[in-house]
Amino acid sequence: MPSQYNIVGTKQRRVDAWGKVTGRAKFAEDYNVAHQLTGRVLRAAYPHARILRIDTSKAERLPGVAAVLTAKDVPGSKVFGIVTQNQYVLAEDVTRYLGDGVALVAAVSRKVADEALTLIKVDYEPLPIVSDPEEAMKPDAPKIHGESNIFVHHKVRKGDINSGFAQADFVIERRFKTQFVEHAYIEPEAVLAEPGEQGGVRITGSIQNLFSSRRSVAAALTIDLNKVQLIQSTLGGSFGGKDEVMTSMCCRAGLLALVTGKPVKMVNTREESMLESYKRHPYALYYRWGAKNDGTIVAMEIRIIADGGAYASMSPFVTWRSVVQATGPYHCENVKTDVYAVYTNNNYTGAMRGFGSPQVNFAIESMMDELAEHVGKDPLEIRVQNCFTRGSVTATGQKLDHTVSLKQVLNEAAAVADFQKKWKAYRSASPAPKKRGIGLACSYRGVSLGAEGTDAAGVIVSVQTDGSVILSSGVTDMGQGAQAQMSHIAAEVLGITMDRIQFLNTNTSRVPDSGPTVASRGTIMGGSAAKKGAEIVRASLLDAGAEMTGVPAGDLSIKNDYLIKSTTGERLASFAELAAECFKQGRPLIGLGWHKSPKTSWDKEGGQGTAYFTFVYGTNIAEVEVDTETGKTDVIDFVSAHEVGQTISRGGVEGQIFGGVAMGVGYGLLEDFEIEDGTPKQLNFDEYLIPTSMDVPPIRTVLVENADPAGPFGAKSIGEPANEIAAPAIVSAIFNATGKRLTEIPASLERVLLGHALNRGGPRGSLQKELPEDTVCKIRPVRNETL
Amino acid sequence: MLFRVTQESCKQTMKKITIQTSVNSRTHTLEAAPNQTLLDLLRDTLGLTGTKRGCEIGECGACTVLLDGVAVNSCLVLAPQIDGRQITTVEGLANGENLSPLQKAFLDHEAVHCGFCTPGTLLSAKDLLDHNPSPTEHEIRVAISGNLCRCTGYVQIVEAIDEAAQKMRESNE
Repeated sequence: MPSQYNIVGTKQRRVDAWGKVTGRAKFAEDYNVAHQLTGRVLRAAYPHARILRIDTSKAERLPGVAAVLTAKDVPGSKVFGIVTQNQYVLAEDVTRYLGDGVALVAAVSRKVADEALTLIKVDYEPLPIVSDPEEAMKPDAPKIHGESNIFVHHKVRKGDINSGFAQADFVIERRFKTQFVEHAYIEPEAVLAEPGEQGGVRITGSIQNLFSSRRSVAAALTIDLNKVQLIQSTLGGSFGGKDEVMTSMCCRAGLLALVTGKPVKMVNTREESMLESYKRHPYALYYRWGAKNDGTIVAMEIRIIADGGAYASMSPFVTWRSVVQATGPYHCENVKTDVYAVYTNNNYTGAMRGFGSPQVNFAIESMMDELAEHVGKDPLEIRVQNCFTRGSVTATGQKLDHTVSLKQVLNEAAAVADFQKKWKAYRSASPAPKKRGIGLACSYRGVSLGAEGTDAAGVIVSVQTDGSVILSSGVTDMGQGAQAQMSHIAAEVLGITMDRIQFLNTNTSRVPDSGPTVASRGTIMGGSAAKKGAEIVRASLLDAGAEMTGVPAGDLSIKNDYLIKSTTGERLASFAELAAECFKQGRPLIGLGWHKSPKTSWDKEGGQGTAYFTFVYGTNIAEVEVDTETGKTDVIDFVSAHEVGQTISRGGVEGQIFGGVAMGVGYGLLEDFEIEDGTPKQLNFDEYLIPTSMDVPPIRTVLVENADPAGPFGAKSIGEPANEIAAPAIVSAIFNATGKRLTEIPASLERVLLGHALNRGGPRGSLQKELPEDTVCKIRPVRNETL
Repeated sequence: MLFRVTQESCKQTMKKITIQTSVNSRTHTLEAAPNQTLLDLLRDTLGLTGTKRGCEIGECGACTVLLDGVAVNSCLVLAPQIDGRQITTVEGLANGENLSPLQKAFLDHEAVHCGFCTPGTLLSAKDLLDHNPSPTEHEIRVAISGNLCRCTGYVQIVEAIDEAAQKMRESNE
């Protein structure tokens, strides 16, 4: 079927790619100005300690040092935070995790700044550390902030679980555990802060959510928002990760710039980045399901404890998504879910791709598999039997009145992967050193922010007099392709080719506050705003065309870069001529598109409401080969099916799926940011392992398109859905291969072989400096043999 | 514990060494400290910021450049080691505004997402194709296994390198 669109749904070169293949793209560390100072941070010596005294006098006297600052030098708000303001720009009297900043130095060079850091003397009184969230819930645990470490308790209540369990033929009860995960954006954090010409500051850097960071900088420095200009440099990945850690860096660099009157550059090393930045929450998940012998689920009781680390950050929102989605896309009349977030002395945890869904999906999908096993069905059958369809009512009481594509994605993925046949064959395969298995997982996901808060975004479409186009938006591109998506949509509406479009990086002083670029809202929110902005300009261009040609505007259209007569297709003027004419007639060539999402609602006590205005649906199928002698698992094939509403950029959607699966393979098999007693054990890529090109399997994508009226051209979202079910599919495949069910991830060699993780106990890898030299042997692959 | 000993943070003052080198086919005579890395020399002395700093321990591959045609992590090469030798960085791949076949293929296959690993990956790929014009998919994956990418899952990168190889073979026929 020929598409009704010219650009939407096609494969186009990304608007941001040319600069990235030529080296011209400027990432944060690539910005330098004359006379800039280097800013450095002195970080906490203990995960939990009282700061008794800070003596900066020696550091201040070091030649080349321009400023040495501590918490007392922050003129305005000393704390920031999106929900709860309890994260300090610089630790004031207590350090709460090892990434806390205690003092700042600005100096003429990195060398001088680093030397100055060694001259700052801090007297600490170490305090007891709490590193286990379940320990932290106990009344006698050391307290991180105030009276209790429990800072979030979300509930969902539906029906009556007691009567539900009374109807059950059997009950399945399991505890699951997930790990800390590092975002591992390849670009470490960096900013350049310059004193503003009329006061204030201008900060250019690797910032994901510029408007929330700007609010915090303004409050910390007591400057009006119009004098705090945050400019996004080309962002080298974020995945939810360059939010609060950048807010803190912006506040610190901005403060140094104002105090010294000089530009100040700050760059994190990889070690500093991993030490300071927030992670994906580890969850402890207690699932108890009651079911009938036919596979019907009659009760779900769920209790989840999230390790929030030292600060509130996004935990209240992350865990809210968890409580909404904790039952999965499955019918159940009786539900009781409680999700807690708890302070500890670990790295704080916040937004990371998935945002509270990868953890619960691992538990839900493992439970589904166990249920299937118990009633003698296969993983596909049990899901098709229980899953939501149009008109279903979720655990939060929301009626799904859109096209619910779950059965479709399940069945299409299973057909492509030949799931049921392989599942049966692998299950009954005879013992062998290497065994194959296939596993399946599915999910539903609320699109955008939902009832978390206000959800609106703006895009400016500006046509130039030569027919070239500039777009700018408050929705940021971190590499996920938001600019490309918005450009596809604007090009479709304007009837032009993509190569006419130039997209500007976000600048808080030049585009409207569009909220954070999170929750997979780039396409549905930014795209809707781009569509409206382009429609405003298009109407103006058609009016100009009508005046120029005498043909009524209603009979005109723009297609393939030409103004045409709709009825005959006759070309009346080129797009460039039309743009010039529009300018000549004094008509606007600019449009601000503004889009506000449909209404959502939430009743906190009852845990009921219209949580999200629409949902997406996905299914992942993983095929693995497990070495039963070592426990090593290789993913050898992967099918990822997603309902996206409408594809906007084919390469963009597929790219998000490929990348999401790769990150899910890391989550399922490799990645574990270990923290022992508040001390992170891996601070660089020699020990924190993310998938390489040798670890990622071939991936086949299945795109299901059921246009949703809530999105531009029917499009919804893909960024996070692509990442949230790979790990459970892999774990399910390991069960199919070995008969062993893992309840903790990652599925490391030890867990697969022994059923539990091994703790090395001692210092590891690059932290082994204190060992005698002859006992340290570090071997890495060397490619530059010629040296 | 956290501040790695770099050229700047090293307290000893060392005598500078004069080196002659060719970077992207232009010869330079430069002064470098004995402990300066090639990465710092490229970024700070020559202003070639297309070469990226990702981990500084040779794990992520973002700083990959060609040294006499062989891909190396420039964070692990000392500047004086390039005396008398040739360096190619991402800025040297295109001929003016004319992109190389690899660069074009990366655009056509959307192999570029955030773009931070792209320069290093392009140079690993160039090393491969210069020495092996018809690589298998496995050989492509091995060649870029030292370039960490968090965005793409490598699929579109592998496709792009494969297509560039094809195009380069066709134009050589």
